[in-house]
Amino acid sequence: MSPELRWQRACRLTLALGLVLALAVAGYMTLGAVGKWSFVLSYRGEKLLTILLVAWTVPAATVLFHVISRNPILTPSIMGFDTLFVLIQTLAVFLLGSATVSAWPPQLVFLGELAVMVVFASLLFHWLFSRIAQSLELLLLVGIVFGVLFRSVSGLLQRLIDPSEFLIVQDRMFASFSGAEPQVLTMSAGLVGVATLWAIWRLPAIDAMVLGRDAALAIGVPHRRLTAEVFLIVTLLVAASTALVGPITFFGLLVANVAYRLLPGAPLRLTLPLAGLLGAALLVAAQVVLERVLGFAGTVGIVIEFLGGLIFILLLIERAR
Amino acid sequence: MIRVENLGKSYAGQWVVDLPELELPRGGLTAIIGPNGAGKSTLLSMIARLQSPDRGVVTLDGQDILRIPGDTLARRLTVLRQDNAMAARLTVSDLVGFGRYPYSKGRLTGEDHAKIEESLALVELQPYRHRFLDELSGGQRQRAFIAMVLAQDTEYALFDEPLNSLDIRHAVSVMQLLRRAAEELGKTVVTVLHDLNFAARHSDRIIAMKNGQLQFAGPPHQVIRTVALRDLYGIDLNVSRTDGKLMVDIYG
Ligand SMILES: Nc1ncnc2c1ncn2[C@@H]1O[C@H](COP(=O)(O)OP(=O)(O)O)[C@@H](O)[C@H]1O
Ligand SMILES: [Mg+2]
Repeated sequence: MSPELRWQRACRLTLALGLVLALAVAGYMTLGAVGKWSFVLSYRGEKLLTILLVAWTVPAATVLFHVISRNPILTPSIMGFDTLFVLIQTLAVFLLGSATVSAWPPQLVFLGELAVMVVFASLLFHWLFSRIAQSLELLLLVGIVFGVLFRSVSGLLQRLIDPSEFLIVQDRMFASFSGAEPQVLTMSAGLVGVATLWAIWRLPAIDAMVLGRDAALAIGVPHRRLTAEVFLIVTLLVAASTALVGPITFFGLLVANVAYRLLPGAPLRLTLPLAGLLGAALLVAAQVVLERVLGFAGTVGIVIEFLGGLIFILLLIERAR
Repeated sequence: MIRVENLGKSYAGQWVVDLPELELPRGGLTAIIGPNGAGKSTLLSMIARLQSPDRGVVTLDGQDILRIPGDTLARRLTVLRQDNAMAARLTVSDLVGFGRYPYSKGRLTGEDHAKIEESLALVELQPYRHRFLDELSGGQRQRAFIAMVLAQDTEYALFDEPLNSLDIRHAVSVMQLLRRAAEELGKTVVTVLHDLNFAARHSDRIIAMKNGQLQFAGPPHQVIRTVALRDLYGIDLNVSRTDGKLMVDIYG
């Protein structure tokens, strides 16, 4: 595919998806509104912001994770990344009680969770990548086992704690786009901003990682350090999205792989925005159709995860052939 | 000049490279020969900093290569590895474009594009520039990787079995390309070769390795000898001279 053709296609896709997104946003803000407009718009605006933030964060994390794992089937979530975040939250409530946790300023809690997540994820996954990264199947298996383990431990702890405390934690166990607390939204937005700028700054070097370790080193890309950096960026992005809407497993996989098919072999400066735009159009349109038009409240996460799950299975089958 | 001092790499207590001293002078084409497992690839990898030695140092024009910043080194020395398995979908011109990374850091300038074109032309891959690598034959892919190294335009270029999976026509043309890079552009080319006749005809120096050690080294007419080569490979072969040209007959 020639660069010109690729650029043309990217422009056309951007235009089409931008149009879909604009329509969906208009529908989302206006359909079925009752009461004062100023209230409706500001309330919905905040929720929309959450959705758009996640629509960028999850695909970006997934695409970047694909670069370092050099595999388009893995996602941070399949590797148990976001269940780890849930576990940390549950553990905090279990050990300290929700009264203590909610008495702290939410910003502080968020930063604390983030710090634990970054340290733990770095240790865990660095170890994973350096020890068993040679075998993708093993890596995938270990990741899934970790995911299940984190989930089960969280589940166990949630059963042990007080029912009223449980409600607080349970709220965060399933992806829900019903909007996050304003403080968390601000913090996450800031975090995503920092991670995004960092990624943009390093993008040309990150792009060169598709060559693999040896060829990347031969052209002067500090492969090891860059892998660690991208790892950290991914961790920050996953932490932000999990704090906002809870764990999402397959959404990023779905969007990323559609983007790869639409622009095969494209550099990240094209793939990343396309994936974000696709994600945003998909999420907002799904909200409008499922919740506003069909009236199925709270089903967006489930439907999108179902589609993503299908893609995951298709990709696995395709690989096996 | 690349200098290797007391360089060693061991796996499971076995030294797979064990070189007290070796010099690869500036300029010219040096061929490294030797049986499989002799340590040729490991040596090139350590020189290019892809693997770290277990002992010893490599210096480039007197400077310890471990002290040279990565992007500086990438403008002076590069390597083409033996196996270039590529999971990602990349087009030929994108791949060759990565050879310009040390200079443009991903933002290709007009000069970069000119270099890319020139490199594609040298390996005769212009008609395939927009093909994906997985849409090429093995030999075409190998030439794409060679073009990437050429685009990097380093003074020192190391090649690990660059003639792998090339047909005779392209093997000859790549060999002549390396020869010209050394002769006309003044590059220092070091290449692992298995075809002894190519080594004899086109190299200025031959280095023979076996079991991680230097077996012998010198200009072709000194080291392409029946006894030495029989000893190196452990097979029956004969070296003859026709019209002053060395011919190694390995076909039994
Ligand atoms: N990662 C490794 N683990 C164990 N042994 C290795 C490893 N890499 C290379 N070797 C061994 O080192 C020796 C030299 O390998 P190599 O440098 O690839 O040889 P050559 O390129 O001359 O064929 C071989 O015996 C090989 O089996
Ligand atoms: Mg080898």
